[in-house]
Amino acid sequence: MRYIFEPGFFSSGPVHIALAVGTVIAVTSAVVGVFTVTRGQSFAGHSLADIATTGGSGAFLIGINQFWGYLAFGAGAAAFMEMIGIQRRRGRDVATGVVLGAALGLAALFLYLGTEFSSTTGASFTILFGSMFVITSSTVPALLASALLALATVVVLARVLLLSSLSPDIAAARGVPVRAVGAAYLMALAVSVALAAVIIGAVLSTALLIGPAATALRVAKGPVLAIVTAAGIGVAAIWIGIVLAYDSFYWPPSGRGWPVSFFVVTLIVGGYLLTYLRRDRPAAAVAAERPDAEQVCSPA
Amino acid sequence: MSADLLRLDGVGVRLGGREIFHDVSFTIRAGEFTGLIGPNGAGKTTLLRVILGLQPVSAGSVLIDGAPRAHRDASIGYVPQKLSIEPDMPLRVRDVVSLGVDGHKFGIRLPSRARRELVDEMLTAVGAQRYANSRVGELSGGEQQRVMIAHALISRPRLLLLDEPLANLDISSEQGIVSVLARLARAEGIAVLLSAHDMNPLMPVMDRIIYVASGRVAVGRTDEVVQPEVLSRLYGQHVDVIRVHGRVLVVAAPDGTDHEAAAAEDAEIVR
Repeated sequence: MRYIFEPGFFSSGPVHIALAVGTVIAVTSAVVGVFTVTRGQSFAGHSLADIATTGGSGAFLIGINQFWGYLAFGAGAAAFMEMIGIQRRRGRDVATGVVLGAALGLAALFLYLGTEFSSTTGASFTILFGSMFVITSSTVPALLASALLALATVVVLARVLLLSSLSPDIAAARGVPVRAVGAAYLMALAVSVALAAVIIGAVLSTALLIGPAATALRVAKGPVLAIVTAAGIGVAAIWIGIVLAYDSFYWPPSGRGWPVSFFVVTLIVGGYLLTYLRRDRPAAAVAAERPDAEQVCSPA
Repeated sequence: MSADLLRLDGVGVRLGGREIFHDVSFTIRAGEFTGLIGPNGAGKTTLLRVILGLQPVSAGSVLIDGAPRAHRDASIGYVPQKLSIEPDMPLRVRDVVSLGVDGHKFGIRLPSRARRELVDEMLTAVGAQRYANSRVGELSGGEQQRVMIAHALISRPRLLLLDEPLANLDISSEQGIVSVLARLARAEGIAVLLSAHDMNPLMPVMDRIIYVASGRVAVGRTDEVVQPEVLSRLYGQHVDVIRVHGRVLVVAAPDGTDHEAAAAEDAEIVR
């Protein structure tokens, strides 16, 4: 036990905050992520992360908490995407080449200027790759409230999102406002990306969103089990990541902890790869080999 | 004869400024099995979307039970053209059927035994109970069709619309689906409106036919409509109707335009 939890782990204030905030954000990201993967919107999640990077570095430049930068730019980008219909494949190509490149270019400028003025080179690292141990306690209520809002949105929309994923036409014929539901979901996605950016960085936020969900979809068949599994994987990755990051303070080069986001992302990717070791083949391979014929079922 | 369940009256449809349909009228009655037949691209899907309220009309009216259709009409069940469901979509067959009850509602629902039994009942009715716990994305085309029919049926619709449910199915799946639908129409009194580019698999069960071509429709009993004079008038060009071993081939003259040639091609698929 002693060697797993290094001295001071349980009494450290930053560790407490990291565990509490990390857990809530991991659950939110994982649950939102299951719908992101199901709806085929991983790309939208990634775009929002890139644009959130710009927001975070802009916030740093003007001296406000980075979370507000992530949130404002993410939500603005989500609204813009909804307006021009970026979810559709054709819109994506243009956006990838132009908007995202420009966003990261701006982020580079903001980070350069910010670090020039304040000579805190650590800020670039925090924005890009996150740092759970420097979450200020004053932002905790805002983080928790945003997480609960995103989570509540997705829970309320769960069934209509699944029906729309199955067939937007059926959903529309049954009176679901498909477009409005998609827009509300995109907002929840933007909030969730902003939250993930706080703990593992803007560039890596997609990992916490997509990784646990993609892993869960490989092992759980139904929607409820998939959501619970994804949340479990996300929380486990955050907890183990925090413990390892704390312990790494005593690892070489001694006196400097390794970044939490490194551990979290590595654990998530490791978990995903583990699903490929299962004996049964992935569903996709089975479906591909199967002829489009069924055994004759006698019409009952 | 019972009252009309569905009535289209002088319906016109314009898409992108082009008139797709002009003055289309027909009725559907309870328990009738109607085939919506026509070549690919004739507008069968558009007509189904009009009935569903997904496609606005430029003229005429769509009446359900004599009243303009409501925004959401629970009396119509819909099975769209073959869905592209990824195998990693976290929906088992029973989840899909369950979404047929309340997939349009907000909030969450706790599992219930009554719901489970209702889902099992629907899966049995379409012969899909064997794969109730499989992911729907892992099923074959015919199996997915059965599941989507159960999904549409569970809300107890009085009219079931199916868009090309027999496309890309092997013969045994095709016969299985047709007999399930015929039984539903006969036993449950559900009106079935099914679109297909080939009428032959439907010949034994079809009460009436709505033949779509050139932006118009010909409606009536199958033997009335599938006649060279009627279809030639509809296509605006001479077509022959050849009956061989109980099968029907609609064949255009060799100098026919692409449109008619396509119809002939569809009918010529050898079984």
